[in-house]
This record gives sequence, structure tokens and C-alpha cells, in this order.
Amino acid sequence: MNQLLMLFMQLYVFVLAGILGYVVISRVPALLHTPLMSASNAISGISLVGSLVAAGSDYGVLSTVLGTVAVTAATINVVGGFMITDRMLKMFKRDGVDKP
Amino acid sequence: MRDVLIQVLYLASSVLFILGLKGLSSAKSARNGMFLAELGMLLAVVGTLLHLEVVRFQWILVGLTVGSVIGAAMAIFMPMTAMPQRIAISHAFGALAATLVGISEYSRHGTDLSHGTMAALGFEVMFGSLTVTGSLMAFSKLQELMRGAPITYRFQNFLNISLFIATFGLFIFLIFEPSRADLFYLMIGLSFLIGVLMVLPIGGADMPVVISLLNSYAGLASAATGFAIGNNVLIIAGALDGTSGFLLSIIMSKAMNRSFANVIFGAFGAVAEGGPARTAEGLTVRRMTVEDAAVQLAYARSVIVVPGYGMAVARAQEAVREVAEQVEKRGGEVKFAIHPVAGRMPGHMNVLLAEANVPYNKLFEMDEINGQFAGADVALVVGANDVVNPAARTDKNSPIYGMPILNVDQAKSVIVLKRSMNPGFAGIENDLFYGPKTSMLFGDARDSLTKLAVEMKNV
Repeated sequence: MNQLLMLFMQLYVFVLAGILGYVVISRVPALLHTPLMSASNAISGISLVGSLVAAGSDYGVLSTVLGTVAVTAATINVVGGFMITDRMLKMFKRDGVDKP
Repeated sequence: MRDVLIQVLYLASSVLFILGLKGLSSAKSARNGMFLAELGMLLAVVGTLLHLEVVRFQWILVGLTVGSVIGAAMAIFMPMTAMPQRIAISHAFGALAATLVGISEYSRHGTDLSHGTMAALGFEVMFGSLTVTGSLMAFSKLQELMRGAPITYRFQNFLNISLFIATFGLFIFLIFEPSRADLFYLMIGLSFLIGVLMVLPIGGADMPVVISLLNSYAGLASAATGFAIGNNVLIIAGALDGTSGFLLSIIMSKAMNRSFANVIFGAFGAVAEGGPARTAEGLTVRRMTVEDAAVQLAYARSVIVVPGYGMAVARAQEAVREVAEQVEKRGGEVKFAIHPVAGRMPGHMNVLLAEANVPYNKLFEMDEINGQFAGADVALVVGANDVVNPAARTDKNSPIYGMPILNVDQAKSVIVLKRSMNPGFAGIENDLFYGPKTSMLFGDARDSLTKLAVEMKNV
């Protein structure tokens, strides 16, 4: 029973976050859809959280190896994702402000 | 105490992610928003490192260092035209991380997994692994490592669906019998295969939908990781990512007049077979010279530029801006009409034009600008085809019938820059090119536009 309750608590979080995400993201203009994608990509690097535990805990060689590869992959997304999002957003300028 | 601190950090991190995405609602607040999201990620990492389970840091450091170097290099050197590939490959990385964490969890707990945790783990590795191979396929197609066109064969849908049902059956079975490691790894293998087969039949113009959908899958895999290891920040970030990708794939499929169900089941390869599409027999086009075009544009009061993927292929963004500046110098007004699928991923064209220093307040979405074509002196079509094809409105037999298009044909005159008379991705003739108001300027788009800008200075 306890477990089922726990699952429901997680479902609450998931569903509410999903709805909130829907509302927030539907207000992103088409202009910024590519930055949105690379940003959400960077955020999906949150798999780091699970990967760090696998790589840094003492659960055997397999866990360490898989964890280290996972940390690498997730970090590529976090670092690369945020950097390239910023690179893109820097390019968006309004008229008359930053003419080359 | 430590646990409380970790939860506080995770909570702050989740809030920062949401605020970060909220920042993207305008170009002005976007960079600050991303800073908040970066801070959120930092807090989540710090919180995780505080876990008592984490006892050794050397491998973590190795992963963080290698990942940072690769990620930074990709971010710095990747040209903007290659953004779709980059996004595709990064979905593969994200999903790979989720899958590996899932496998590691499974190998550690093995037989003592509860049914609920097994369900989450199974979902995680199933969606994770099919996203890995699916994204790698999408990457190969976009990077042109393999043929970009759809690859189809007999019984394709039947095979894919049976394979999916079999894999899903394994998943359900594992929930009740978590100890069957052999089936667990078989399920992963089948999911890898599904990823490959799923993207095989999908071709060029449908890529924006695929990329968005894979984005959504990668997010769902992350969220499932959160369920499996009982971590809310993962659930929240995964849910955000999942909805973002899902929403974008709906927007993209609407822009191509594909049904919602089509997106969910991923069967976007098959274009409905209609009668024979119209062909160009007996029709002639009107060619124009650069000089003619220069005169026409020089005296235009209002010009709407319609960029398509052809512009990106010819790397003509800078040249487009030069021509636009010439029009403006003579007192004309220039706007850019951006079709939702005018690129290889959502919003791609906007980024390409922003990179070429076109101010974003001149970029207009389809719904904003469609009413203004009738008042435009010249519509300048640069490497766009299907998104300006009036057959989408009139020809019921056309494969693109019903797709919302830019009303270029309503402009007072139309100049089309095109390499040759080859039809677009959908492989259909475009009546616009034969219209009485249309003139064609053949040749490489960058070349033509550069000459055009020079010529306009002399008019």
C-alpha cells in the first residue's frame, strides 16, 4: 500500500509538472522554438542526477562503468546544450539596437 | 539534515527550470531565463553529490571533464545550419544516460525490485534505448551519412507494430517477473531495433516532427528514471522536456496537415496515396534576369521575403540580408515570412536569419503575415517550394492538400529564386511558378542575391 501511495505522489508531481510545462511552453513563440529545443535538451541532461549516483557509489564495476559513460553523455547535453542555446539567443537582436 | 538540504536544493532546482523555460516566452528575457536554468542544473548536481551513496569522485570527475570538453567543442564549432543534427545526436546522449542508469539500477537490485519500480525501470530503458537508435538514425539522415529519403518495404508497418507489441509484452511480463534478466536484455535489444526501424521510413521534410517526437521520448525516459530512483527533480525536468517535445511535434504536424494520431504512432512516413498529381506538361515559366529583378525590387514599397530550406543549403542568409538592406535604403519595407516547417527543425529558419543579423522584429509567423501578402509589391521566394504551393489549397489530389501555406500567390508580383525546375521534397509541381505574376530567377541563390544587391546599388 505504502508503495502505491508513493507511486501516486510521483504521479502527482509528473502530471502537474507536465501541465505547467504545457502552459509555459505554449507561450514560447515560434521564433524561439530552436532555442527552446536545445534548452529543453540541456535540461534533460538532468539524467546526470541518476548517473552521478551510479558512477560515484560503491555498487560494483558494472555500475561504475555504466555510470561514468552516463555522466559523460549527460554532461555533453548539459554543457553543450546551455552553451549553444546562449550562442543562439545572443544572435537575436531587434532592429536599430545592434546593427553590425 | 543532509537529506533535507538535498531536497531543498532539488526543489530550488525544479523551480529554476520552470522559470528558465518561462523566460523563453520572449527573446528579451530568454538569456536571463537560461541563466536561471543553468543555476538550477548546478544546484541539482550539488545536491546529488551530497548523497551519502556517492563515495568516490574520481569517475565522476572523469565523466564531467570528458563530457564538458565534448559538449563545449560541439557548442562552439557547430554551424547553425547543423543545428538539427546536433539536437538529434544530443537526444541520443540524453536517452543513453537514462538507459545506462536504468541498466545499472536493474543489475544492482535484480530480483528484489518491486513491481512499481520495475515498471518505471522497464519504461525507462524501453523508451531510452529506442530513442538512442532512433536519434542516431535521424542524425545520420540529417548529416547525410545515409540516404535522407524514406526507406520503405513491404509489410513495414505490420512488422514495426508486431515488434512493438512483442516488446511491450516483454515489458508487462517483466513487471510481474522482474527477475528474468534474459528478458530484460532482450527487451532492450528489441527497443534498439524499434528505434532504427521507426525512423527508416521517414524522410527529409518530415524531420522536424521526428526530432520533436524524439525530444519528447528522451524527456519521458528521464521522467521514468525519476520514478525508478524516487527523485522528483528528474520527474519534473523529464515532464517539462516530454511536454515540450510533444507540443512541438503537434505544432509541426499541424503545420504539415498531419493528424495527431499520425504523430503518436510515428507513422509519418507514408503520404496518403491520391490520384495523379498535376504535372507541368505544356506550361511555361517566365525567366527574368538579375537586372530585371533589381529594378523591380528597387522600386518596391513593400517586400516580403519567403525563405525556405534552399536558402540554408545555398548559405544565402547574408546575401538575403544585403538585398533587404538595399530595399530599405530606398525607403521600402521588408518583412520575412517564416513557415513553421521552413527548415529541418522547429524555428530553424529564425535562427539562421538571426545569425545573418536580420533583426527578429522583421521575422513574422505564418498567421501574422498571411493577410499582408495582398498588399505586398513583391514576394521574394528564396529556396522555398512546398510551403508556397497553392495546390495545397486547391488540388485535392495533391499529397500536400490541406497543408497551411504562405499566401505568396496573392502578392502583386512574385520573384522566385530557384536552382532549377526540380520539384520540392514532396516531389510535386508548383503552380505558383507558372502563375502570370511570377518571374523565375534561376541559379545558385547566394550567387543571384549577391549580384542582385550589387545591381540594386546601380539602379
